Amino acid sequence: MTPEDREFLAELCAERAGLRVDPEKAYLIESRLAPVARREGFAAVAELVKALREAPDERLAMVCVEAMAPSETGFFRDRAVLEHLWRKVVPDLARRRPDGVVRIWSAGCATGQEIYSFAMLQAEAPAPGKVELFASDLSERLLDRARLGLYTSFEVQRGLSARRLTRHFENRDDNLQLAKPLRQQVRWRQVNLLDDLAALGAFDIVLCRYVLGGLTPAARVRVAERLAGAVAADGVLVLGAGEETSASSFMPDSEVRGVFHHTRDIRVAA
Amino acid sequence: MKTCLVVDDSRVVRKVARRLLEDLGFAVAEAADGSEGLAWCRAMMPDLILLDPAMPLMSGIEFMRRLRLEPGGRGPKVIFCGAEINLDRIREALDAGAVEYIIKPFDGDIVAEKLAMAGVT
Repeated sequence: MTPEDREFLAELCAERAGLRVDPEKAYLIESRLAPVARREGFAAVAELVKALREAPDERLAMVCVEAMAPSETGFFRDRAVLEHLWRKVVPDLARRRPDGVVRIWSAGCATGQEIYSFAMLQAEAPAPGKVELFASDLSERLLDRARLGLYTSFEVQRGLSARRLTRHFENRDDNLQLAKPLRQQVRWRQVNLLDDLAALGAFDIVLCRYVLGGLTPAARVRVAERLAGAVAADGVLVLGAGEETSASSFMPDSEVRGVFHHTRDIRVAA
Repeated sequence: MKTCLVVDDSRVVRKVARRLLEDLGFAVAEAADGSEGLAWCRAMMPDLILLDPAMPLMSGIEFMRRLRLEPGGRGPKVIFCGAEINLDRIREALDAGAVEYIIKPFDGDIVAEKLAMAGVT
């Protein structure tokens, strides 16, 4: 791959999904795109990029962009945050809702561990009212994996105790699969966070952790604005530890880092 | 300093576990089978035992049973560390009194996380 190829890919990722890709990181780009090149029948990543540059192919372009998106996640990641949400925020919101329904959205869910953590909490210590679980990702490929709920022993050991593992999972060949009743609790959707999110409706809790940091500055502001619009007027936005939102309508939680409470004054900083 | 006994018939696993546990601040002893492990425990009961459930001479479950009969043998927390991915076997280990189960292969992050879950660190 030439430096021009990498510049082309970085621009493509920024344009389509707001992803910040450093064109200097040749190894990262190669390693993310090598499986795509193989699946799509190209001998090398350079040939894949050459084909994209010579003849625009929207499907192939998006497959490449999706492959470049970070997909790091884990069960019960930042445990204190999830426990705070489940013990305090969800019951508070459920009490405030006339129908008792709390809608939780894991935005940029990758392989689904975050939203499934809530499904496990719901099975272990049901919240008052009803909890509806939604999850989205840019990548259909990752969503397919998430829907299956099939994980390696390495993946389940990150964040899951042996008791949770034996309670909620089943053996599936050499992997472990989350039990069907838990998988069925989640509704999945392919979503590009740069798009208009109004059709998704309002959510009481939106988790978008460790996503903003991987975006270009312009995309970060735009996604923050979109997310602000998706959080209910008294809802909560959850970002990764150390992440901030540029939307001025959020107040940080006094107890837990990364949790921001929506206020009614919805304005977005430039 | 907390002490950990690694009981595993694989020298490689013992060596890797020792390095990871020492990084986490443990003083580590090693035993290649259950009998040697019990001898260690009689000499000095550790705070934690990392135990291979599938050793040839004495199974991990049998080691646990005998350990608990020793004076002070109810003290150490036991974490099983096996290649077994069968959930029934993991349930058996928990039912026998293991506080956690680490599936091989593992890395430092997994060991650190499992020890924290077990309340050892």
